Amino acid sequence: MADKEFDYYLKGEKGEYEVVIGLEVHAQVLSDAKLFSSSATKFGSEPNSQVSLVDAAMPGMLPVINKFCVEQAVKTGLGLNAKINTFSKFDRKNYFYADLPQGYQISQFKHPIVGEGKVILDMPYGTKEIGIERLHLEQDAGKSIHDQDPKNSFVDLNRSGIALMEIVSKPDLRSPGEVGEYIKKLRSIMRYLNTCDGNMEQGSLRADVNVSVRKKGSKEFGTRCEIKNVNSIKFMQQAIDYEARRQIELIEEGNEVDQETRLFDTKKQETRSMRSKEDAHDYRYFPDPDLLPLRLEDSYIEDLKKGLPELPDHKKQRLISEFKLSNYEASVIISDQAVSTYYEEVAKNSDYKLAATWLMGELFATLNKEGKDITESPVSAVNLAKMINLIKDGTISGKIAKTVFEEMIKNDGDPSKIVEDKGLKQTSDPKEIENIVDKVLETNQDKVQQYKSGKDKLFGFFVGQVMKEMKGKGNPQMINDILKNKLK
Amino acid sequence: MSEIYQLTLCELVDKIKTKEISCEEVTKSYVDRAKKSEKLNCFIENTFDQALKKAKDQNDKIDNKKKLFGAPFAVKDLFCTKGTQTTASSKMLEGFKPQYESTVTSKLWNEGANLLGKLNCDEYAMGSSNETSHFGNVINPYRNDKDLVPGGSSGGCASAVAAHLTSATVGTDTGGSIRQPASFTGTVGLKPTYGRCSRWGIVAFASSLDQAGPMTKDVKDASLLMEVISGHDDKDSTSAQKEQEAFSQKLTKDIKGLKIGIPKEYKIDGMSKEIIDLWDKGIEIVKSLGCEIKEISLPHTKYALPAYYIIAPAEASSNLARYDGVRYGFRAEGKDLIEMYENTRSIGFGNEVKRRILIGTYVLSSGYYDAYYLKAQKVRRLIKNDFDEAFKEVDTILTPTTPSSAFGIGENVDDPISMYLNDVLTVPVNLAGLPAISIPAGYDQNNLPLGLQLIGKSFDEQTILNNAYAIEQSINFKPNFKDWWM
Amino acid sequence: MSITKDTVKKISKLSRIASNDKFEENMIKDLNSILKFVDQLNEVKIDNIEPLASTVDQELIKRDDQVKIMNEKKDILLNSPEDNEDFYVVPKVIE
Repeated sequence: MADKEFDYYLKGEKGEYEVVIGLEVHAQVLSDAKLFSSSATKFGSEPNSQVSLVDAAMPGMLPVINKFCVEQAVKTGLGLNAKINTFSKFDRKNYFYADLPQGYQISQFKHPIVGEGKVILDMPYGTKEIGIERLHLEQDAGKSIHDQDPKNSFVDLNRSGIALMEIVSKPDLRSPGEVGEYIKKLRSIMRYLNTCDGNMEQGSLRADVNVSVRKKGSKEFGTRCEIKNVNSIKFMQQAIDYEARRQIELIEEGNEVDQETRLFDTKKQETRSMRSKEDAHDYRYFPDPDLLPLRLEDSYIEDLKKGLPELPDHKKQRLISEFKLSNYEASVIISDQAVSTYYEEVAKNSDYKLAATWLMGELFATLNKEGKDITESPVSAVNLAKMINLIKDGTISGKIAKTVFEEMIKNDGDPSKIVEDKGLKQTSDPKEIENIVDKVLETNQDKVQQYKSGKDKLFGFFVGQVMKEMKGKGNPQMINDILKNKLK
Repeated sequence: MSEIYQLTLCELVDKIKTKEISCEEVTKSYVDRAKKSEKLNCFIENTFDQALKKAKDQNDKIDNKKKLFGAPFAVKDLFCTKGTQTTASSKMLEGFKPQYESTVTSKLWNEGANLLGKLNCDEYAMGSSNETSHFGNVINPYRNDKDLVPGGSSGGCASAVAAHLTSATVGTDTGGSIRQPASFTGTVGLKPTYGRCSRWGIVAFASSLDQAGPMTKDVKDASLLMEVISGHDDKDSTSAQKEQEAFSQKLTKDIKGLKIGIPKEYKIDGMSKEIIDLWDKGIEIVKSLGCEIKEISLPHTKYALPAYYIIAPAEASSNLARYDGVRYGFRAEGKDLIEMYENTRSIGFGNEVKRRILIGTYVLSSGYYDAYYLKAQKVRRLIKNDFDEAFKEVDTILTPTTPSSAFGIGENVDDPISMYLNDVLTVPVNLAGLPAISIPAGYDQNNLPLGLQLIGKSFDEQTILNNAYAIEQSINFKPNFKDWWM
Repeated sequence: MSITKDTVKKISKLSRIASNDKFEENMIKDLNSILKFVDQLNEVKIDNIEPLASTVDQELIKRDDQVKIMNEKKDILLNSPEDNEDFYVVPKVIE
């Protein structure tokens, strides 16, 4: 249920503007070997230690495609609800740079492996569909190091030739917020599919951001600028905001926005124009004559489809309908596949709602504090489920459970044993509670009078007093009921 | 008694196996002769000492199972040979020593052949006269009182085979670079079906056209070499899924019943009477051998050369982008990266190469792709269709190889087009990816050799080898030059 | 579709080949000659014809996702113009 309206409109002197954004995301494929050569793809290795003759573009070297990279691209396409093209081709994108040994990048221009698809975002103002234009496979480039020497740059080709999936969105995004959600969603899908680890710090996920502005309500597209190679969501958002405002200022001054490529300066938090590369954009694409077209059988695609794990959107719907979670709870849980697996195990063995509450509350807090992720959880799903069941069956109250939980963190102890050993069982004997309630009410006659004449808040005081008498082990629900009865 | 170096490849391999001559004797014979033939400038680099040493080691270890055992082989300097300089006849790669061996040459060494040296060629295989090499022109052993070109781009190969400086060799053919020089030097040159031999480890010129092939003294040698160098290679995505075939074992001159096509469009305007006569002679020979002659039409023949001069430079402009001074090869000074690139490529490449890179860049550039490159590829389809149609009616196609015999050095360098026209009869074959062989057929009035070409169906090298063998045996062509350069 | 000095300058830049007046003049002549020659293709009817990129008619060969330790760093850097054990060294790009 939408509880907000979309509101990212920028105010200029002469009106309000809408920001139109399209992203070209580059996601490194998770594979052991590179796209067209058999060298390793591990991050952080010694410079030039994962470079083959093909990667170094030695004379006479030829590309041979890695079938697993093809599979990864198809799986990702399926995860994006996209059309898988049974016919695709590889093209050469020609330009010169020190980290591009061949003098061209093998990519896909006219016939990409994946066609149109879509991604659904959950925004505070409702769900939004972002169109995917296409996904294609291409080679990553090497790395140039510019700051080691005043006159020279150093080139490391380890990254050269690693498979990239370029995911091009339609210009459907309208705010830095949507961009953040979009990136998170893509990451999530690819991590579920294990096709990309989405590690932006290591560069396995980065994006070129296309930004343009237009008057609010207009249907025309403004001139866009491309901000290249942004490698964090925060920077993307800052860059978009800066760039949109820069363009609005230009337009309001009566100037045109030049279509150009820009870089985001993370220190100054502004975009600046890349020195014009003259005809840098004439890539002279043509089909790579060292490769043949890629043809995929329908059965191949079907088999991959059948083997896909449950994807985030579907899982979310299922958590909402089957597990009766709220939209928010479901969103949080599915954001990480390991979290959702953990959740389902707990939930199926105890209580859906309580599982969600405990997971998102106490467990997440603990994990955050200890800097761990769910796979390193100090409390196993089995034991958390057991603990929740003890709440459900009234053995302990929610409050007591917190104490039990803290014990469990220490060494993933069995909650029943902990309750036993520490004598934490709650009292649910109505007679015993009644006695204490009577005692408390008797001792506090004045307050009873005040309550009966309208001071409702005193109810909590009575509950507190009863609990105190019972040393915290009273069954809260029962206390409530008996008190209510006695105070009628 | 003929000299050892005059033996054919098959003959010397046999004689080595029967111990009539030793490996060492054979190699020494070629080395001695090559040392006296520097004037022809066939060799860019020689490995004479290593070859002699290897041959000496082989003396007592005759391996009958190896098809080229003991044969000394110089190869075109376009094949990457491990540890031995590979230059593509360019300043750009002068001094470059690959740490890997091309698939085709690996096969030669695996069959017991030894590397004699690297043969001169046109720079990056771009040329039809071996006049664009950074290492100087190659001279044709045939002459008519002036130095003649051997043809190109495999000019060093053709000249070396003709002059008996190597037992046989492998060249490459992109638009006629094996067949045309074979025709100019009275030798045999075969371009296999595209995909028949691996391109891995061969300096790439035009990827969709390049093919390695044998250049030999006779057809039997060519068939043996084809047997050795062909076969699928997993490292080359354009390598056909076809295994090696026993071409030499199935070689026969019985071609009775073969249907041979004579394409009318190959009778080019202004074609000399001598060439037409030679062509007719070939036709008569095959008729007498029981073949059926059919006139066929390959209507788009004349468009092959223009299409080629769009497609080949386009692919080359991209293939040669890696020669940028960064990781290997020549590097010039430059105040920054771009200047370094520009100076390196300006100095490192010769004029013909630069011409082709520029044209290739132009025809792929924004706004021109459809008008040139795409159009050329469509014409290519039409040319292939012509052949496909023709081959429904015939088994092979017989044509002259070149529109003329060898010309003088320096005669054709003013206008690139006049040089390109040398390939007019060979280029259609590359565009269609078909196999073709050139065999020496006779002499023109200047006593210079001329060749006849046989074009075959896809992967039907056997039939053109047989066809060529039959004609060759009938013509019995004899080289008639003296060793004037010694 | 004639080649001018500007065109030569532009394509030389694109292909990273240094050019000067003499070079440009020679190239204009030669390139125009070639273009004139290839213009013959305009005579050919090419409607509805599929371009032919490769004469090999087979499925794209694929390899398994396996790392083959093929080349030592030494081999890759062996032919490098600059002497550095770890990197390729190039003059800086002046932005």
